[in-house]
Amino acid sequence: MSKKYDTPLLDELKKGVFPSFVVEMEKAAARSDMAADLLGQVELSYKEKLTHWKHGGIVGVRGYGSGVIGRYSDIPDKFPGVAHFHTVRINAPSGFYYTSNALREIMDLWDKYGSGMTNMHGSTGDMILLGTRSENLEPLFAEVSSRGWDLGGSGSAVRTPSCCLGMSRCEWSNIDSQAITYDITQHYQDEMHRPAFPYKFKFKIAGCAVDCIASIARADMSVIGTWRDKIRVDQNEVKNYASKMDIKAEVVDLCPTGCITYTGGELTIDDSNCSRCMNCIARMTKALRPGVEKGATILLGSKAPIVTGALMSWVIVPFMKMEPPYDEFYELVDKIWEWWDENGKNRERIGELIERLTFPRFLKDVGIEPHPAMVKEPRRDPFFFWSEEDIKR
Amino acid sequence: MSLPDRKTDIGPPHYEQFLHPVIKKNFGKWKYHEEINAGVMVHVAESGEKIYTVRAATPRLLATDTIREYCDIAEKHCDGYLRFTTRNNVEFFVDSESKVQPLLDDLKSKDYLVGGIGARISNVVHTQGWVHCHSAATDASGLVKVIMDEFHEYFSSKELANRCRIAVACCVNMCGAVHCSDIALVGVHKTPPRIMHEGVKNSCEIPSTIASCPTTAISPDPANKSVKIKLEKCMYCGNCYSVCPAMPIADTENDGIAIVVGGKVSNLRKPPMFSKLAVPWLPNNPPRWPEVVDVVKIILKEYEKGARKHERMGEWIARISWEKFFSVTGLEFKIQHIDDFTYARETFRTTAAFKWT
Repeated sequence: MSKKYDTPLLDELKKGVFPSFVVEMEKAAARSDMAADLLGQVELSYKEKLTHWKHGGIVGVRGYGSGVIGRYSDIPDKFPGVAHFHTVRINAPSGFYYTSNALREIMDLWDKYGSGMTNMHGSTGDMILLGTRSENLEPLFAEVSSRGWDLGGSGSAVRTPSCCLGMSRCEWSNIDSQAITYDITQHYQDEMHRPAFPYKFKFKIAGCAVDCIASIARADMSVIGTWRDKIRVDQNEVKNYASKMDIKAEVVDLCPTGCITYTGGELTIDDSNCSRCMNCIARMTKALRPGVEKGATILLGSKAPIVTGALMSWVIVPFMKMEPPYDEFYELVDKIWEWWDENGKNRERIGELIERLTFPRFLKDVGIEPHPAMVKEPRRDPFFFWSEEDIKR
Repeated sequence: MSLPDRKTDIGPPHYEQFLHPVIKKNFGKWKYHEEINAGVMVHVAESGEKIYTVRAATPRLLATDTIREYCDIAEKHCDGYLRFTTRNNVEFFVDSESKVQPLLDDLKSKDYLVGGIGARISNVVHTQGWVHCHSAATDASGLVKVIMDEFHEYFSSKELANRCRIAVACCVNMCGAVHCSDIALVGVHKTPPRIMHEGVKNSCEIPSTIASCPTTAISPDPANKSVKIKLEKCMYCGNCYSVCPAMPIADTENDGIAIVVGGKVSNLRKPPMFSKLAVPWLPNNPPRWPEVVDVVKIILKEYEKGARKHERMGEWIARISWEKFFSVTGLEFKIQHIDDFTYARETFRTTAAFKWT
């Protein structure tokens, strides 16, 4: 198919070393009218410095309230191929592992029912099939679901949980982040596919405090693998590192708690003062390994800046064993959701609700004991509440 | 042709079926890993078995053709196994050192950009922009492309003091949470939304539109069955536009790009950090945004010059101080740099000890 539109501005983005998204659109445009019109509309946006997408309408597959984002062009007469250009979120496998056979199967279906454009992956961690018409949604869903795939979350629902690659290829992982993610996803299928919350709720599971999935920055609930005992030290390997790095400068001096000493070729860690930040382990991975009494720290509340400023997740449970069937974890999540459901306003994330009603109130209502790990420092003002039982009558 | 029976609530396929046999066999039994170069690392299991990972950049927005090409490569070299990273790279696995070079040669022959491992710039996390978003103040894929064209050597070879994570958000919604990045580019507005009274009346829920405003700038306008905006209170976040399409905020002359720096997500050494404002506004100048590229170049150059080994951007700035950051980069400190929002008071300097610049 010859090129449908001239795209002089986008052509400038075919130049350069980094792989070009314009080339990708052109590849799909050679086969798909949708992709061809996408290219035309994006060129117009580059010319006018203006997006040409309307707000999403309500579209989806039968019985689901999420998984599809409605998208329509605001100039469908000009670009009929993108009059509808809905996104389908496919729940990706934990850790983003695939076989070529599995990917080919999805790609063949997507060429049949959609634009041939994808994102690997969307920000939340779904496989994104970008651009199809409303009438294609049901057949596409029948085809993908019959082959063992399902849609991810969208709207005021549990969003597709995602994780680092965990124990599959990382020696630092303290929890099986993939297994936990898979279990959470299966456990909350209803909450994912039928939005019933005040707003979105994201789970992200990281195997260690390096947090490769950025859970503290962007998950309503962050589960971070850690340990309770001692870092395992292999002194022979410490000696090997001594010949190729400056252990004092790169490990001892960079330890934020100053709990490491290095004398006489021996590395000693005062584990009672270690905050498990992972720096020493990341520097000397052959010599230092996390302890063996493993579990997770649970943090709650992060979100991007809209509306009243960005939040990072903060500690609500310092240590929880994360072993199947994860009863303690689900019990906690259900209690938090119940509280959010009862008190949250429309479009209020859990972190914002806790800010509004206060963290102590959250702890009391949900039944979590206060712990110094929950705060950076105690309050600095004298304005605290007491309960009836604290008062002598 | 009849369709197969649909299934619901089955969840994703189990990941185990997609794991390379060596990865599956040594699951949870990895001993250590080594970064061999910018694009190759090896993980060694307690059993002594090894898996080599080769990483290459993708533009995230991918045609099915390209994904099939990844499949061809995986079938030729990796028994059909591959994965993607959270930063939009593709990874191929081989189980012996002898298979690494043929894989690299193949990738090179197809002009793949191999790298992204270690103390370098990895691929850019970004949003949809003009390709697919209704609230985009700028494009995302284009900004990523011009930034990575400029800094590709820091992906494929050159090292920095530590990782430098770059992100692009096409509006302040910041899908993908770019607010904890070493360097993030954010599409911003500079003017309030316009109110299309007919549209507000017919298609918007007035209470939720009013409630959407973080600065209570929006109030009812009963005469028009619509809303009004106290212009001096509006800080152009566009949240009302998300709730009510009849309040468009896009302004092609005034929309632009802000640059924030010094954030991180890892807990190593220092707790995760938010990115902070370095430049409040640069012109939205597609297709190659030269003004934005120039400023990122300056920031990165100074970081490269000044950071000590293992210091992330934010750690470097914390050590030298923000006043020094502005003086070494030559970026102008403006009234917009001083916070007047939710957490403002925590940012005021309550000491007489600071550096002359």
